[in-house]
Amino acid sequence: MRNDQLIYKIDWMVVLVYFILVFSGWLNIYAADYDPDVNEGILSFSQSSGKQLIWIASSVVLIVLIMLVDFRFYDSFAYIVYGVFVALLIFVLLLGQEVSGSQSWFQIGSYKLQPSEFTKFATALALAKYLSKSTRKTEDIRSQVIGFALFLVPMLLIIKQGDLGTAMVFGSLVLVMFREGMHPLILIIGIAVALLFLSTLIFSQTILLISIVVITLLGVGLVAKTPSKIAVVVLAGIVAAGFAKSVDFILTDVLKPHQQQRVMQLLNPNRDPLGAGWQVTQSKIAIGSGGLTGKGYLQGTQTKFNFVPDQTTDNIFCTVGEEQGWIGSFLLLAAFTTLLLRLIYLAERQKSPFARIYGYSVVSILFFHFAFNIAMTIGLFPVIGIPLPFFSYGGSSLWTFTILLFIFLKLDAHRMQVLQRL
Amino acid sequence: MNARSFIIQGLILFIALVFSIRLFSIQVIDDDYKLAAQNNILQKIVDYPFRGLIYDRDGDLLVYNTPVYDLMIVPKEVDLEDSTAIMELLEIDHAAFVAKYDKARRYSSILSSKFVEQIPNEDFARIQDQLVKYSGFYPLPRTVRGYEKGILANTLGYIAEVSRSEINRDTTNYYKGGDYIGKVGIEKQYEDKLRGKRGVRYKIVNVQGVVKGEFKDGEYDTASVPGQSIQLTIDSELQAYAEKLLDGKVGSMVAIDPRTGDILAMVSAPSYDPNHLSGRNLSEYGPSIMNDSLKPLYNRPLQATYAPGSMFKTIQALIALQENKVSPNEKIICDGSLIGDHAPPGVYDVERAIQLSSNNYFYKVFKRVIEQGDHESRYIDARIGMKKWNDYINRFGLGQQLGVDIPNENKGFIPDIAYYDRVYKGANTWAFSNIYSLSIGQGEVLVTPLQMANLGALLANKGHYYTPHIVKAIDDQGIIEPKLNDVGIDEIHFGPVIDGMQKMAESNFRVLIPDITVCGKTSTVENPHGMDHSGFMGFAPKENPQIAIAAYVENAGWGARAAAGIASLCIEKYINGEVKRQWLEDFVYKGDFLDERQKRELEAMNKAKKLAAQ
Repeated sequence: MRNDQLIYKIDWMVVLVYFILVFSGWLNIYAADYDPDVNEGILSFSQSSGKQLIWIASSVVLIVLIMLVDFRFYDSFAYIVYGVFVALLIFVLLLGQEVSGSQSWFQIGSYKLQPSEFTKFATALALAKYLSKSTRKTEDIRSQVIGFALFLVPMLLIIKQGDLGTAMVFGSLVLVMFREGMHPLILIIGIAVALLFLSTLIFSQTILLISIVVITLLGVGLVAKTPSKIAVVVLAGIVAAGFAKSVDFILTDVLKPHQQQRVMQLLNPNRDPLGAGWQVTQSKIAIGSGGLTGKGYLQGTQTKFNFVPDQTTDNIFCTVGEEQGWIGSFLLLAAFTTLLLRLIYLAERQKSPFARIYGYSVVSILFFHFAFNIAMTIGLFPVIGIPLPFFSYGGSSLWTFTILLFIFLKLDAHRMQVLQRL
Repeated sequence: MNARSFIIQGLILFIALVFSIRLFSIQVIDDDYKLAAQNNILQKIVDYPFRGLIYDRDGDLLVYNTPVYDLMIVPKEVDLEDSTAIMELLEIDHAAFVAKYDKARRYSSILSSKFVEQIPNEDFARIQDQLVKYSGFYPLPRTVRGYEKGILANTLGYIAEVSRSEINRDTTNYYKGGDYIGKVGIEKQYEDKLRGKRGVRYKIVNVQGVVKGEFKDGEYDTASVPGQSIQLTIDSELQAYAEKLLDGKVGSMVAIDPRTGDILAMVSAPSYDPNHLSGRNLSEYGPSIMNDSLKPLYNRPLQATYAPGSMFKTIQALIALQENKVSPNEKIICDGSLIGDHAPPGVYDVERAIQLSSNNYFYKVFKRVIEQGDHESRYIDARIGMKKWNDYINRFGLGQQLGVDIPNENKGFIPDIAYYDRVYKGANTWAFSNIYSLSIGQGEVLVTPLQMANLGALLANKGHYYTPHIVKAIDDQGIIEPKLNDVGIDEIHFGPVIDGMQKMAESNFRVLIPDITVCGKTSTVENPHGMDHSGFMGFAPKENPQIAIAAYVENAGWGARAAAGIASLCIEKYINGEVKRQWLEDFVYKGDFLDERQKRELEAMNKAKKLAAQ
């Protein structure tokens, strides 16, 4: 039956958005690298755009391979794939190359590979496999602990490599846990901790401690009716106070100097425009100078003349903002939002929990990258070096996002077969 | 669909919305980022204009521009490992290098600032080739003033970097830090003509400051407009000669062409070499010049005031004649009893009184001017006379600025009714007996050497003068027409005064020039602080006068000796082009003008001072 053919089952809308993003990313990489004096073509291999073309072509090969593999492979081999990449993370700590402070690269010939990138889809597979077993309820403490452990292990190994940005991406999988029934309190506590952390940086210790006491007393008065609830609220207040006290310690002993600076920079953007604030200041200038319609393709002065660092990779959005203006930026936001919402729609229509959970993992990881990458370029979040999916220059990241996305499309294409099997 | 799925979808939409709003705010609403982007890529290169040149009346160059280079530093680009080589190249030691480097870094590590200022062309040629090897250092060409002849320092003035207070006072907002501005003299007076107009070029630069092209094809660039050249009325040869004569003395000399009001020479002594206040020399020589107790920066011909002394008698004679209080041939017997006098007792008319400088004659004549018998009270009568006298004096350009085109002209001082009312505390409290020393140019009256040279000019012209000026022509205005002023004395009255001046000149062997008829009047200006000042005012030749002159030499004693010698030599030099009286030149160069009696006086005076000090 013709309709059984894979090509008719693939969600072409996602594929279309994928190729739109990859192609416009490629054009923007050329624009970011563009130097009117050198005047190299977009295909020149001395340009990032030329190299990116290789990564794009190889990604297409990867897509074909993913589509050819039996869809049951991903479920069956999830733990093995996960195990292999966690092992690679350990190896890279022992043997890898250090690039700008992060020991996370394998050098293969003239190309460098970053196993931490690939660990994203491996972890997504493993988490999906673990949570999808019908005997487990995500509401269980035990399931939750093991679920968390599955992404906390690679997260800690990557922190050990010195790549905090990539490590934080794994934290996004909390969203998956939430979708699968985790108590929302964990999410709320997580957000509260983050807010408290930022408050300690902004307000003085005294004001903060007084506020905590006041909020605790209010909590006791309004919410807590029984002695045990009062005890919980008071305990929460004490823990919050202790946390606030220990942030100083975290700032000076846990965060690295450049990370401390980036946090301080966010709190006071004009603190040091030529030093630590350079990147944020310049990326905002580049985007802000784009206006409504932008300066036109290859006409961006800020990115063209290298005012923005890392402009083909983490700050690729600056090129869009400067050359395509608000309209271009808005279209980019719309494309990502469409992609994410479509993926949620696809995830929700899965019959197999494995495919659904995996789909949500893909959404979480893409969403985290999208949100934090753009937030840092427009000065809403400290600079963490994570790429914009499908857009940023780089083989490891493009491959990872391609694999991540197309495994899900493969699973989606076979969603009816799951039923048949049962 | 699962409820939590909606929460997650809501979160995604919420974030997308936040981003859209934030982007709209920084991209569309806020203009700051567009400005910041322009500032990032635009490098403004100031094109400093060529300052106008200054020529003398014959078209010989006096002031020109000489190139210097400011060495700019961009600290971020400097490779400090090379610093030893740079220190050697610039001939500065380690401490100085570190101090300059730190200062530049405090200003900005990515913007350029001055590292070494005003490297002379010769030195720059030596380091220019080497300089390209060191990153972070750039030369910025500027020009400073050079002085061809080294004369006329006080009048020319000098330029220096504009001060903060000058920038604040500048309502046109032209000046920027680091610009040069005329501080005094002609440089200041004609600043807006001389400075030209700065040009500006916009270049697009990348983050390293490397120029990537012109901004909008140079649409916003403006070319610098060179300053206008100025031609002075100064006769360089006469100026140089007069400066030489006054060398080692304290005083001034002003020579004016009475036919035009052109200032031919204007000397202030002691002076300085104008090259010493130019460029780098300013910091080296400036302080010692500025702190010199003899005040070489003080422009004496315009700023110093003296009692006019006997020169003033010419004015008194003219006023009395015009007022009809004395007739040219009226003989007045003077026995020397009214006021101390060097002139012998005898019968005097205007001519003889001027020639011999009779104090008693002018006492009597001035009394007639002040006490005209218009009122029975001698107090009120004196007021009426004083009012008339003041009206005349003002027209001689005294007690007010003549309006010369050099800044800081002193008005001098002429007492009037209001002044005496103040001094004697009330109206009708003073009469002729209180003010008689005005008759011989002593007392409160003060004049500048320029005003006295102008007196020579108006005597030469028999009743009118052109406002003295030093600028003959400016590029865009051509020759500047001088203003004609009438002093309100009939021409006929000048005859006896001028004849008296001629006789005086002929009877003084240091004034007499064999083939030129000089008319002159010496002055001995009483100086309460030391030896008298020596003064001379006059013009020559008597027919068709070409030069009017005034000279003052401070503390030089008797009139005829110092000032008259200098003035006479200048007249001979200007009219004949050469000086034959070698002996007089030697006398003036030697600078020892006191006779035996004055030397004894000086000794006694110094002794008294010493005693007083003990």
